[in-house]
Parts: sequence; structure tokens; C-alpha cells
Amino acid sequence: MRHDPILQVIVRLLIPVILLFALYVQFHGDFGPGGGFQAGVIFAAGIILHGLISGLDAAKKILPERLVEAMMAIGVLIYAGVGIASLLLSGAYLDYSVLDHDPIHGQHRGIFWVEIGVAITVCGVMLKIFYMFAGRGDVDQDEE
Amino acid sequence: MSFAAYFTYIVTYLLMTAGLFIVIARGNLIKKLIGLGIFQSSVYLLYIGPAKLIGGTAPILATGYSVYSNPLPHVLILTAIVVGVATLALGLALVVRIREAYGSIEEDEVLAEDKGNTSTTGHA
Amino acid sequence: MNEWLDYLLLMVPMLMMLVAVGLIITGRNLFGVVVLTSVYSFLMATVLFVLDAVDVAMTEAAVGAGISTVLLLGALRLCGWEDSKPMRHPWRKLMVSGALAALLMVGMVGLPEFSDPAATLHQHVVPRYLIDSTKEIDVPNIVTAVLASYRGYDTLGETTVVFTAGAGVIALLRRRRQQRLKHESSGASDAP
Repeated sequence: MRHDPILQVIVRLLIPVILLFALYVQFHGDFGPGGGFQAGVIFAAGIILHGLISGLDAAKKILPERLVEAMMAIGVLIYAGVGIASLLLSGAYLDYSVLDHDPIHGQHRGIFWVEIGVAITVCGVMLKIFYMFAGRGDVDQDEE
Repeated sequence: MSFAAYFTYIVTYLLMTAGLFIVIARGNLIKKLIGLGIFQSSVYLLYIGPAKLIGGTAPILATGYSVYSNPLPHVLILTAIVVGVATLALGLALVVRIREAYGSIEEDEVLAEDKGNTSTTGHA
Repeated sequence: MNEWLDYLLLMVPMLMMLVAVGLIITGRNLFGVVVLTSVYSFLMATVLFVLDAVDVAMTEAAVGAGISTVLLLGALRLCGWEDSKPMRHPWRKLMVSGALAALLMVGMVGLPEFSDPAATLHQHVVPRYLIDSTKEIDVPNIVTAVLASYRGYDTLGETTVVFTAGAGVIALLRRRRQQRLKHESSGASDAP
């Protein structure tokens, strides 16, 4: 696929649009369909498309393996961290109303951070699984 | 029940049966996973079908609409879809390992190889 | 007239889904089967959209038709592009599936009627979500409000499940590289 000019050109035009759309879906999840899961998957799909067309190393240069592994855990930590922040501000666990000066703004802030945590984890996991599946074939060829 | 309800439920059951049939009748491990995925997606239809209200709209509050479809099954199925893909990823990783250890992804060949090799110690 | 258009939009993708599943059952070329699975996911996303489940349709399209297809193709590549074997004597299994279908048809009488505002499905907690979410959360997308706030624990569990799947795949597919490094460093390699 590296030598196919049509794919190269079209995909280079599409990938920024895909990544931008992922961010749009993430931040407009409150006002339209969308949210953390969809945004994480769409973002990972953009990077996977780049990896499919330009080779796995090109994708790994954008988001190296260590970073992706860290992303997997950081998302869950952010989510749980929002709960702990509520505890520290004398509310219940994951009670967003205490996170700001006013319950409704607190809910908005809580939902914002929680969705970001979900998106980071989902994006990291999808990318890591793709890296593992795509990077394994070379070993098989060594054995045969 | 109305015609739409009958139709949707029957399609759901056919998909469920087809998914189950693929899981139990096909020997190829990847096809089994695909059958499992089809079974799971038939359950999505089962939940979301009754949630729709004719004349209603998607559950996003907007001025001018007063009837909204039920949002609770949407939330449950959102979780189910993500868990489904997690299951698929783990299942496929297992299939890849089985293939590397036994050389085949057909269930009967794997079982035969396993029985034939019970004398030697396990593979890598 | 408008109602018939709605019915058509609902029924045509469902019939196409049944055709796709029929081809998946009898298909032996695994690459074709994976492509058909992707088509099936897209049709499912269309049906979900017609049923007003917009969040779910977006997730199904991205996850089912996007990520699942990539993962299946990746696994197929690692397993060699073999065709699957033909089915032998599937009669007993066909009978088991048929028995399940018959049981489900009998149970269909208990399922909720479509678009019936008095069904139990629409009572209890759902009116509270729809009405009180403006006062308590003020987020127009009710699915996000329920997912992130009213049922936040479940979403935390789900995120953990996704993380566990990633960790599991790492655990399953990682060891090989250490073996390869051992293989290469012991001098027994004939790698190109």
C-alpha cells in the first residue's frame, strides 16, 4: 500500500479531518451524539489508518508504544481521580456536585473530566491492540 | 402486537439463532468469534427496539420536541458494545496464540494435535 | 405515507442483515466473511439510527465496523489466509438452534409492545432522568448525562473492562518478543 499514489494522497487529506472530528465528538458529546467512547475510537481509527497506509513505524513515531501503554492506565486513573477529588471536597465518591461553586457547574466539570478519561483509555487500548497485532507478523516470518 | 414489533423481534431471534449456530457448528475459531459477535449484536436490537417511541425523537433535549425515546437502553447497550469489542480482542489474541502453538485454527485439528501430544511436555 | 417510509427504512436494512448473516454462515473464505461482518455492522448501525439510538449507532459504526474489522483482519493475517473447513453433519446443531428459536418465539408474547407509552420500560426511573436532568445536570444529551453522572459507577467499571482487555492482550501477545530476543542472541538465528 505504500506504492499506491491514490491511497497516499486521499488518506493524507482524510487523517487530519478524522482526528479533528474525534475531538469534535468528544467535546460536543454534551450537546449532540457523542462522548468519550466514540471519540476515543475515532481518534484511534485515524492513527490506525496512518499506520495501515504508511507502515507501522510511521504510526509508532506519532504515538510511541510507551506513550500508548501509559494512556491506557492514565484514563482510568483520571476517572477514578475525579471520584477521589469529590471525596477530598467532602462529597460522596463520584459526586460531581461538590466539584465547583455550584452543583450544575460541578456536574459539567465532572462530566468533562470523566469523558476525557474514558476517551484516553479507549484510544490507548485500541491503538495498543493494533500495534500488538500488526507488529507480530515479523516474528512469524523469522520462524519460517 | 404491531407489525413493526413482530418484525423486529423475529429478526432479532433469527440473528440470535444464526449467531448460536455459527458458534456451535463451525469448527474454525475465527468464525466462532464472528458468530459470538453476531449473537451480541442481536441483543442490541432486542433492547433498543422497544425503546423507540413513534413520533418521538432521539433523547437529546431540544426546544420544540416533547416526546423523547427512552435513553436508558441506549446507555446499557453502549456499555455492551464496548465490552463486546474487548471480548473480541482478547478472543483474537487467544486464537493467534493457539495458531502459533498448534499450527491450525480448526477446532478438531487442534484437539487431535492436543491428544496426540499428551505424552510430550507442553508447547511454548 | 410517512409511516410506511419509516417502516421501509426499518425493514430493508434488517432484511439485508439477514442476507449478510446467511452468507456469513455458509461462507468459507475467511476474508470474505470478515468483509461481510463489516457490512453487517454498518447495517446494524443504520437500523439503530432509524430506531432513534444515535449515540449507539455512532458507537456501533465506529467500533463494530471500524475496529472489529481491523482486528479480525490483523488476526487473519497472523493465522494465514486459509479457508475454513466445510461443515460436516450439522443436523444436530441445526436442531439445537431451531429449538432455541422456537422457545424464543414462544417467549415473544411477554416482550414489550413497541411505542407503548404505558409499558413498564418507560416508567419508574426514566421520567426522572428526562425531567430532572435539566435541573440537576443541565446537559442536553441525556445519554451522556445518564452514562457519566447518574450511572457513573457503571461507566467506571466499563472503562476498567476496556483497560483489562488491553492488559490481557499485552499479556497474551508479549512473551514472544522475549523469545525472539533469546533466539537471536543465542546465535542460532538465520534471520534475513
